[in-house]
Amino acid sequence: MTINPNITSVSNSEVRQELNWKRYFSFNTDHKVIGIQYLVTTFIFFLIGGVLSMIVRGELITPKSDLVDRTLYNGLFTLHGTVMIFLWIIPSQVGLANYLIPLMIGAKDMAFPKLNAIAFWIIPFGGIFLLSSFLLPSGTAQAGWWSYPPVSIQNPSGYPINGETIWLLSIILLGISSIMGGVNFVTTIVRMRAPGMTAFRMPIFVWTVLSAQLLQLFCLPVLTGAAIMLFFDLSFGTNFFKPALGGDPVLYQHLFWFYSHPAVYVMVLPAFGVFSEIIPAFTRNPLFGYRSVAVASLGITVVSIFVWVHHMFASGTPSWMRILFMFSTMLVGVPTGIKVFAWTATIWKSKLHLDTPMLFALGGVIMFVIGGITGIMLGAVAFDLHVNNTYFVVGHFHYIVYNTITMAIFAAIYFWFPKMTGRMCHEGWGKIHFWLTFIGANLTFFPMLPLGLQGMVRRVSSYDPQYAGYNILASLGAFLLGMATLPFIANIVASWLNGARAANNPWHATGLEWTTASPPPLENFAKIPTVTLAPYSYGQPQYSTVDTSDEEALRRHGN
Amino acid sequence: MESSLDKSRSHQVYLETGGKREQDKSNVLFGFTVFLLSESMVFVSFFLTYTILRLTTINWLPPGVSGPELSTPIIINTVVLLSSSVVIYLAERALKRHNLWLFRVLWLTTSAMGAYFLAGTLREWRSLDFGLLTGLVGATFYLLTGFHGLHVSAGIFLQMLMLVRSFVPGNYNRGHYGVTAISLFWHFVDVIWVILFSLLYLWRA
Repeated sequence: MTINPNITSVSNSEVRQELNWKRYFSFNTDHKVIGIQYLVTTFIFFLIGGVLSMIVRGELITPKSDLVDRTLYNGLFTLHGTVMIFLWIIPSQVGLANYLIPLMIGAKDMAFPKLNAIAFWIIPFGGIFLLSSFLLPSGTAQAGWWSYPPVSIQNPSGYPINGETIWLLSIILLGISSIMGGVNFVTTIVRMRAPGMTAFRMPIFVWTVLSAQLLQLFCLPVLTGAAIMLFFDLSFGTNFFKPALGGDPVLYQHLFWFYSHPAVYVMVLPAFGVFSEIIPAFTRNPLFGYRSVAVASLGITVVSIFVWVHHMFASGTPSWMRILFMFSTMLVGVPTGIKVFAWTATIWKSKLHLDTPMLFALGGVIMFVIGGITGIMLGAVAFDLHVNNTYFVVGHFHYIVYNTITMAIFAAIYFWFPKMTGRMCHEGWGKIHFWLTFIGANLTFFPMLPLGLQGMVRRVSSYDPQYAGYNILASLGAFLLGMATLPFIANIVASWLNGARAANNPWHATGLEWTTASPPPLENFAKIPTVTLAPYSYGQPQYSTVDTSDEEALRRHGN
Repeated sequence: MESSLDKSRSHQVYLETGGKREQDKSNVLFGFTVFLLSESMVFVSFFLTYTILRLTTINWLPPGVSGPELSTPIIINTVVLLSSSVVIYLAERALKRHNLWLFRVLWLTTSAMGAYFLAGTLREWRSLDFGLLTGLVGATFYLLTGFHGLHVSAGIFLQMLMLVRSFVPGNYNRGHYGVTAISLFWHFVDVIWVILFSLLYLWRA
């Protein structure tokens, strides 16, 4: 390595970055390149998952099963869930964290750059492998994203290599990538922080990524174990989960949810981190209760390990277990509530700057309240048994995964786009994107809540005509939501190619990532920074990261 | 004593000189430990599956099947694997004292003991009166011993890699984190075997 970071000037790095667009298609070990590779790749999977969901909604616009074959319908919702969770929500936030964590803690790169690149390249191959099952004579996996036995191991097509085989192998493969990422993030955050970056000077995003990755490391191997045993049942004829031969299908549910409930927090914690970064920056207030918000992230990690049985209240679980897990489920609302109160208190009596990132963050927080409250409702055993396996559950978790997390990812992209590319996004198109998304998301997912209360079960392609009204609304909302991504794509592509040049710190935010060039040079900082202040020191005249050269933006945001 | 600015400068120097590599390598040890803790959760899921199925299944042993029996070859096998942990510790100590040839001999002995264990496992598999598809007892037995055997094989492979690298001149100038990590892995595989041995052979119902 001959590059001396002290002589890397901004203009040099810009020239180099713009010339080398090809590096995004190569095995590159720079965490910033990998971060963008993750974001773009997972966004393509998001579009694919979105198309699958629109076909599902197209089927559901009429009560009769008339658009697609029922078997294909099962495959569509199975792959929609799998693609969105394992190829969009989780890895896109891994991409965000990849880009931001070394910058936020003042490191030159991740702890293991090569491992990082390998972990990334597993994602596109794993994703294509999973989607290739559409071409198999047996069709795709059809047992839903949770793949419960005995349905998942019935293999009606009789082929030794079938959709379910591919599904299980993809899950194991993507899991390996996630574990590589987890090891890398935890090592980086624990051991690579710049001098002076103590635990309670880390931005909340770093705390949330650490909490999320600890969950991945602790819980994901259990899903891998379950997937291996399910694979044995399916392909080799063992009977771990076959009730007819003494196996226990409920045991699979325990193992599956032991990962897949914490997985929800793996998905939502970085989104909380994004909100905690953006809301202080656009209210010009320090984050209210920084320490409580930081510790609450770890609190969520610990409590969320002990809530999984609330997915199984209807699976014949003994009542002591139901009561215990109802209690722990309610308990996880406490650290989560702390965060919502902290954001509210940060916004309280402040002067809001409603730029696109802030709109998405506010929209996400508002819709998270709906998602969170319906979650607490579902945690109550009596209520859960009533709406179990209905559209109420579907509405609830889409309020989390789309209306909260996907909104947070959009917020993050708009917020850090100037840092990543050195260009500003177009504000007008950003706001159009926000309003279309906000309206579309509520139109799609809110009707599912009353539908569920009325008793419409999920995963069916035909239903009683009495449910038609709400279903039409939800389907129209889904198509609107699909259209809403078009201004986003246009905006990102046009701004990346031709947007206004971004200053180093266009939002006048605090945080180490804003002290370096936009885009940051290789190895990030001309000199490893020394941290002397707590994060979010907005409204304090001496705060360290003001770029005073940019007078206009300073006036615009006031202080 | 030092001001924070001085500290940062010394840190800078530390990073720009050989210190960076040093730090990278000790990160390897940290990261590897994190990985092992995570990997142990796969075993936890298998152990729990075994325990729960065994406690709740009515016909744990199908008619005519006696299940895995504790026999002399298995005890010898266990003793060999567990004592290889001591040998690998001695190998590591020899390397710390720069006794390279003693290290190589002890390191190779560890691998040989691991290979003996694997061969013993295969011999046991062939002598058993049940297969993978013989009820839950067969499925869990072959899954647990097979997955553990896979880890033993991985350990031997990594040991061979380290043995080859020990002949590269200057390989240990910057510490021997790779050797430490693999030794850690070997102890991990041994601890897993102790739990597995207790579950499969000592638990009599």
